[in-house]
Amino acid sequence: MLKVDNLRLGFTAGKKTLAAVDGISFSIEKGETFALLGESGCGKSATAQGIMRLLPAAGRILEGRVALEGEPLLSLSEADMRAYRGGRMAMIFQEPATSLNPVLTVGRQIGEVLERHLDLRGEAATERMVDLLRQVGIADPERRLTEYPFQLSGGMKQRVMIAIALAGEPELLIADEPTTALDVTVQAQILDLLGKIQVDRGMGMLLITHDLGVVARMAHRIGVMYAGELVEVASREAFFTQPRHPYTQALFEALPEISRRGLKLTTIPGQVPSLAAMPAGCRFADRCAHVMQGCREVSPPWREVADGHTVRCHWQGEAAEDTRTRHAVTELDIDPGKPFLQVADLKVHFPIRKGFLQRTVGHVRAVDGVSLAISAGRTLALVGESGCGKTTVGKALLQLIKPTAGSVTLGGSELVGLKSRRLRGVRRHMQMIFQDPFASLNPRLRVGEIIAEGMGALGVETDPQARTTAVAALLQQVGLSDEAINRYPHEFSGGQRQRIAIARALAVQPELLICDEPTSALDVSVQAQILNLLKKLQADLGVAYLFITHNFAVVEYLAHDIAVMYLGRIVEQGRAEEVLHSPQHPYTQALLSAVPAPRLDGHAQVIRLPGETPSPANPPTGCHFHPRCPKAMDICRQTYPRVTELSGTHTVSCHLAD
Amino acid sequence: MMGFQAVVLWSDVLIWLLVAAGAGVGVMIAKNPPLLAAWRRVGANRVGMASATVLLAFVLIGLLDSLHYRAQLESKPGQKAVFAVEVLSVLDALAAPLRSRNEKTYSAPFATRLYAKETMDVPGKGTVRDYPRLKHGGQHLGEREDEVAEDAAMTAFKAGVLAFVGWLGVFGSVAAVNRKKSPKLKLREAAFAWDAVLLTLLLILVFAVPLFWLSGYYHVFGTDKVGQDVLYQILKSVRTGLIIGLVTTLVMLPMAVLLGIVAGYFRGWVDDVIQYIYTVLNSIPGVLLIAAAVLMMQVVIDTNPQWFSTAAERADLRLLALCFILGITSWTGLCRLLRGETLKLRELEYIQAAQAFGVSSWRIIVRHILPNLMHIVIIALVMDFSGLVLAEAVLSYVGIGVDPTMTSFGTMINNARMELGREPVVWWSLAAAFSAMFILVLAANLFADAVRDAFDPRAA
Repeated sequence: MLKVDNLRLGFTAGKKTLAAVDGISFSIEKGETFALLGESGCGKSATAQGIMRLLPAAGRILEGRVALEGEPLLSLSEADMRAYRGGRMAMIFQEPATSLNPVLTVGRQIGEVLERHLDLRGEAATERMVDLLRQVGIADPERRLTEYPFQLSGGMKQRVMIAIALAGEPELLIADEPTTALDVTVQAQILDLLGKIQVDRGMGMLLITHDLGVVARMAHRIGVMYAGELVEVASREAFFTQPRHPYTQALFEALPEISRRGLKLTTIPGQVPSLAAMPAGCRFADRCAHVMQGCREVSPPWREVADGHTVRCHWQGEAAEDTRTRHAVTELDIDPGKPFLQVADLKVHFPIRKGFLQRTVGHVRAVDGVSLAISAGRTLALVGESGCGKTTVGKALLQLIKPTAGSVTLGGSELVGLKSRRLRGVRRHMQMIFQDPFASLNPRLRVGEIIAEGMGALGVETDPQARTTAVAALLQQVGLSDEAINRYPHEFSGGQRQRIAIARALAVQPELLICDEPTSALDVSVQAQILNLLKKLQADLGVAYLFITHNFAVVEYLAHDIAVMYLGRIVEQGRAEEVLHSPQHPYTQALLSAVPAPRLDGHAQVIRLPGETPSPANPPTGCHFHPRCPKAMDICRQTYPRVTELSGTHTVSCHLAD
Repeated sequence: MMGFQAVVLWSDVLIWLLVAAGAGVGVMIAKNPPLLAAWRRVGANRVGMASATVLLAFVLIGLLDSLHYRAQLESKPGQKAVFAVEVLSVLDALAAPLRSRNEKTYSAPFATRLYAKETMDVPGKGTVRDYPRLKHGGQHLGEREDEVAEDAAMTAFKAGVLAFVGWLGVFGSVAAVNRKKSPKLKLREAAFAWDAVLLTLLLILVFAVPLFWLSGYYHVFGTDKVGQDVLYQILKSVRTGLIIGLVTTLVMLPMAVLLGIVAGYFRGWVDDVIQYIYTVLNSIPGVLLIAAAVLMMQVVIDTNPQWFSTAAERADLRLLALCFILGITSWTGLCRLLRGETLKLRELEYIQAAQAFGVSSWRIIVRHILPNLMHIVIIALVMDFSGLVLAEAVLSYVGIGVDPTMTSFGTMINNARMELGREPVVWWSLAAAFSAMFILVLAANLFADAVRDAFDPRAA
């Protein structure tokens, strides 16, 4: 149905035009989902924009053909193209929060499409809108039509976005990372919805994603993109059983998984070549484990390895498990010694102020009674969906946010309520690594100054000479050369920046590192590097991690202990094996089952959670989870369950376990 | 050689201090690679460098006008030297012919006769009503009054050729230096936008040299009501404009930066207090507030004549007071901007990382927040400059601006406005003031754009 033939897209920079997408061809049949898989910057979004002819101002279509049902799209006039956009082809974007206009009601935004493409107005249009909203699973659609985007939750916004895309009854739906910004339970809902709608309508779908789990769940055929080129196209079965391109294989190898616990993850060395300096031969040659003589000179042609499975690679060998790089880095089970950080009944409430006099009318109970213990050399993963308060816990531990109540004891001394001067001495023992490596380094300071800042502030090293030596040693430790000292953060890639951030935290020799989603902004191959580094550091230095994350793959790979948070409280806590293998809380069970696994058989039984996390300003009575719980009983609506000890280490707060 | 007594006005002190500070900042930038890199980007921007050249020409005029002295009056030998009451500047000395060759009243540019008819006694014809010849403008032509165009064109052409020859000299030396430094590179490809600078210089020279040459024979921009040469007034206005633009920013900047950052970083009651202050300031119509302050200041100045030994000193103090008042009332915009940006910055992770290290608040402000606000400050600084030059024009137009004895674009426009209603219209005074101000402000704005582009962190 959709046929893309040798499409080349470029971006003009100054007088040069750099090809971001360099000659890709694929086709999508009716009722088929074609997934474009690739890491950031490989040109997958540009491809989608090129097909819709929605490239940004600097973008140019250099050559190629795009045809929908045989009709060429690239030669259409802009006015004719508008009948296609939203009509025969529709697009869903990544960020539901910014893809809806905040000052128009939902009804207006859907109505716009109906009016333009179907010429529906008034009564008929309203009827159709209600119908559409019902199709995308929004309850009470009549009321929602008159609401504004801010009154909807993230998942609902994405549903509305899908409804808008469906309004024009498109033959082709382009979904650009449709679930990346959503939580796993909501992601599962949206993916289900997309799959169902596609079957119902027989639409073609172009799914753009970097997530192998989403691919495994949704795609019929998969195209892997690397540096602006397609390198492998395969059916779902072939892709997951026999990936042929070394890049695809490396992507699979780099995934953190429970089976790889204690092993070093395979990483892809080097970086994606920049657009301005594309190698002449195979673009992956410099990072490839199987690189051969011809690879650097001749760009490999398409080669059919099986029916419908084509690959662009000179190398014809089989994927061999490369065991040399896979050695164990840490002993899995470090005995939990005496915990050196203990958190008891920690509460962080933010007042809600209203009115002229700013009276407090309520509280957002971001963290509502959390108790944790971390012992040296171990990793505690704090898991939960967005808004559950896990980041607030991390910041409250560091006293970056003042806890409302509770106690945080570090090595026997109480931190809550400590004066800032006294607190400074304690800060040496705990440091934090942040999520976004681009926002966590001051762009105006040199790397050397960034790393040395903590040493200066905490008086760890006062002699400038010794400090420089220490900084160089730290850089070495995180795998960067000491030339970096005099360079600025913007000269580094995301993964390198995260290394710098880790070096900065390590500079004061802390015993505990609070890692707030340190890999969620990174690509899979880079994530593997950072995870390896964190493991190595733990083995070398014996530092403990509080790993705040929503990514279960990382948790399975890294954590010794797991605490699951829901709406400001910990609902289940225990050693990793216990929580992962025999989850007791319905929420943990649902979370674990909702994680899309990058395997063919990864979706046996998904527990669907209805709705979304309620607001922590107004939590449900009784058990916070009962409105979404498939096993809710009467008692759940009345009282919050007490903590039940299942074993010496495994605790759960649920009436079922009582 | 006549003796003289140097006079240092307060505004001179400030202006030269600014020059010194500018040089100091220059040295600091040269030692700081990222800043240097940013300014290199400014240097590579053709439009930016062209406007910088124009600005530099204005600054040069302003600096020449900021070296004041009192000339010695002729006295018998042996007597104590007596100095003139009038305070002159180096610019006045250089442009002495322009200053002294006054006509009776209005005359159009390049005119040989006055703009108003007068009753004259002509020998042999009795009393006639006619346009009298000018005392200075076009005198050298004698009876050949109708040859003004040819004469002016010829002179302009000669001067233009001379200017071009001079420019070739500059061009040659720049090219030679460039060749020595990087033999392979053509001037066009050099990192610094020499081509733009040289081209602008050529334009300035080809325009200015003939203009000044001609001004020796004609009133190129005409004369005003009291017969003063408009070109001379324009030259004198430049300094007033620069002082208003620069000194006011100096008054405003520390307040805006400090209060803005403090409000944004500490939040809470500090933020409330600062917000209340600038909201109150903003809610009073600016012109009225300034008018009230200026009138009060005027009363103080008028009741204390003993403070000033010359009229120039009085005018100067009034100018500075105006700068101060403008500064006090115009910091709110930048302050609000900086507060907003600080609110954003303080939530960034590198600030939190610093807080996690126990770095003190003031150190975080100086080390992490201020440098990341610098681009806004620099842009606001250059943008405000043009805004303030225009504000002065408006205030002087309303009559609450600079001292009436001080020439400024505002007073020029104010003086010219009444004549717009007369027939035939007197347009040159206004047109000249407008064009000069337009060029100054446009150059400042274009330069601000170049600076903003170069300092934009996304571009870095």
